[in-house]
Amino acid sequence: MAGVAGDATTAAPSGWQEGAAALPGAGYGDGEDRRREDRRRKDRDREDRARERRGRWHRWDTRWSPYAFVAPFFLFFAVFGLFPLLYTGWASLHRVELTSPDDMEWVGLHNFSRLLTDSFFWNALRNTVTIGLLSTVPQLLIALGVAHLLNHRLRGSTFFRVAVLTPYATSVAAATLVFVLLFGRDHGMINWGLGLAGLGAVDWQNGTWTSQLAVSTIVVWRWTGYNALIYLAAMRAVPDELYESAELDGASRLQQFRHVTLPSLRPTILFTCVVSTIGATQLFGEPLLFSGGAGATGGSDHQFQTLGLYLYEQGWVNLHLGRASAIAWAMFLILLIIGAVNRLITRRLRRSS
Amino acid sequence: MRTHSRTSRRLAGLVAVVALGAGPVAGCAEDPAEPSGSAAYDGGTSGGGGGGTTLTVGVFGAFGLKEAGLYDEYMKLNKDVVVRQTSIERNENYYPQLLTHLGSGSGLADIQAVEVNNIAEITATQADKLMDLGRTEGVRKDSFLPWKWSQATTPGGKTVGLGTDIGPQGICYRRDLFAKAGLPTDRTAVGKLWAGDWRKYLAAGKRYKARAPRGTVFVDSAAGVMAAITGGHEKRFYDADGKVVYKTNPAVRGAWDTAAEFARTGLTGRLQQFTPAWDQGFANATFATVSCPAWMLGYIQDKAGEAGRGKWDVAAAPRPSNWGGSFLTVPETGRNKAAAARLAAWLTAPEQQAKLFEKRGSFPSARAAYDLPAVSGARHAYFGNAPMGRIFADAAQGVPVQIVGPKDLVIAQNLADIGMLQVDQKGRSSRQGWDAAVKAIDNALDR
Repeated sequence: MAGVAGDATTAAPSGWQEGAAALPGAGYGDGEDRRREDRRRKDRDREDRARERRGRWHRWDTRWSPYAFVAPFFLFFAVFGLFPLLYTGWASLHRVELTSPDDMEWVGLHNFSRLLTDSFFWNALRNTVTIGLLSTVPQLLIALGVAHLLNHRLRGSTFFRVAVLTPYATSVAAATLVFVLLFGRDHGMINWGLGLAGLGAVDWQNGTWTSQLAVSTIVVWRWTGYNALIYLAAMRAVPDELYESAELDGASRLQQFRHVTLPSLRPTILFTCVVSTIGATQLFGEPLLFSGGAGATGGSDHQFQTLGLYLYEQGWVNLHLGRASAIAWAMFLILLIIGAVNRLITRRLRRSS
Repeated sequence: MRTHSRTSRRLAGLVAVVALGAGPVAGCAEDPAEPSGSAAYDGGTSGGGGGGTTLTVGVFGAFGLKEAGLYDEYMKLNKDVVVRQTSIERNENYYPQLLTHLGSGSGLADIQAVEVNNIAEITATQADKLMDLGRTEGVRKDSFLPWKWSQATTPGGKTVGLGTDIGPQGICYRRDLFAKAGLPTDRTAVGKLWAGDWRKYLAAGKRYKARAPRGTVFVDSAAGVMAAITGGHEKRFYDADGKVVYKTNPAVRGAWDTAAEFARTGLTGRLQQFTPAWDQGFANATFATVSCPAWMLGYIQDKAGEAGRGKWDVAAAPRPSNWGGSFLTVPETGRNKAAAARLAAWLTAPEQQAKLFEKRGSFPSARAAYDLPAVSGARHAYFGNAPMGRIFADAAQGVPVQIVGPKDLVIAQNLADIGMLQVDQKGRSSRQGWDAAVKAIDNALDR
């Protein structure tokens, strides 16, 4: 901008000078011509220089603007992502309490080595994996089915699309509160239904599997629609010709789904798998609130305490920031491992296709 | 002040998130503030000029100061002061945040409430960041219960917190269910039924069970019984030297065994306190008794609703016992420290504590308040017009000077929510439950 403005101001007086000089000096022979020629050359030079300047600006612009545009993200990431990550790593090597966070005592890898023998940690890890599987697998399968249905021409399709997304828009706290009531032992609606069907009441919260199933239900309910919309978007990108030719070949809807939709969706499915796995590893709100606000223990037997909940219990109930940081980094490492495994699978799949 | 040691933290944060305002907010606004009790503080010192000071008070749960109209009254007395309150529903969330803010020295309210189970840790680790309120003008040490005063005082004599309420306990019971089960219904007779011994409370429970109305049990939870019994002992989880002794303390083991027997003989509703299921238990009248600190009366009224009016009553507990209570502290970093200290002193003065009791049922920690008619003559209309002032004052004066330790809350929580809950809800043996609790506490105390 600055360069352009400069050109305009320099161009105006030069044009005026030319005009002013031309009036008295009209038709006075060679000397005059030479001077005019001279002036023109100078003007051309000046224009060249301006163009060059503009070009330099342009190069600079194209080269650095993208960085300027993404800089806010990286700034925020550095402040709210990278710094906490590194600081957590630093804290995990210390004995440090929330009562005096500045008072850090170096303990090396002690916080990590003790996790290896910490039965509460392994219990939480196991719960995280089982709840993760119990929620991710049905969630993605149902989402695929829902997306497939939505992909057909439906009356009021926008309504249905918004409807499947509503659970995702609901707050975890509100949703979980409702589920706590539904899964109540004495006055819950689900047990009431079981009673009507002639089955006995289930103590959802106290059993290991029942409580994990209940927590998974909340997760499935919340995230299925979200994944369905991602699948739907991917399905829209599948060329119609593929379906047309499949139909010409006499493929049924189900066969079309298996042989056209699924293969085209493979990268999307992998993406949702990764995202859901990350979400499952960090599962926190649902199990925390599922105990009805009774704390971060995840049930009297820690039967649905996830890693996120154990981290919270160590850091914010027991106030051991160092130990909590070690759990946080352990979770981070677990995610890295999952990421590596996922990459391996992706690569193999790509090679096979 | 709803200070529930455990209450606060569980007072169902999620319930609050959703039902903001649906709960206990009702019915306080209409009372005009009477200037009677506030002679010690002539308000109009600075006249009603503009500008003025804004003081913030950070509390957890439905603390009651605001609901009882005390802020409004103070603002009327001090025209240049505006009092604002910020509240976090669960102490479990409130307390770590308070610690973080104290650590960074920012984000603090001018006055910060502290729950009794946290006060030992606060006094031991944060004293240098809090004002010495013992020296504030108008604060009289001898108007507080001595044990309440000493809980927030450092060995060096710095008093970092002023006591608000305490939680002397009675036994709240359903008169209608008692009648159906053939037990006495008059509150004096009911009190006599178990006077002096928690084992007699157990015996009454067995009598109740023999003729219990369908679908009801004697008591809500084994953990509630355990908390009530341990609340009557001088030494609970720590000894006077600050050593953790709960494992070997006969008082804790005795409470544990009695509570476990409630569970074993099927006298409990197998509920966990301050969860939605527990609230439903009040609403559906599924249990006949619950040991209730003074602050719980309002909670019961909220949850049991109009259907329970006149059916609930309150009798003396087998032995005097305390559960909960809070303190007000003033952080050093505040911009209006002096004004905040004055407000804290006013809020915890006997006259104001009496008003808080009258409106919210939070029992005063200021002994001087017990003789005020607002306390001594207090009756609770919902609880069959029970003379709650007398019942709780008697209980309060029998409560021993309790040793509080820095990790009281963590120990109490794990004993209740891991150990006793396993015994009560999962049918584990008393031994298994105890071992599970000890393992969890060892893990929690290990830094």
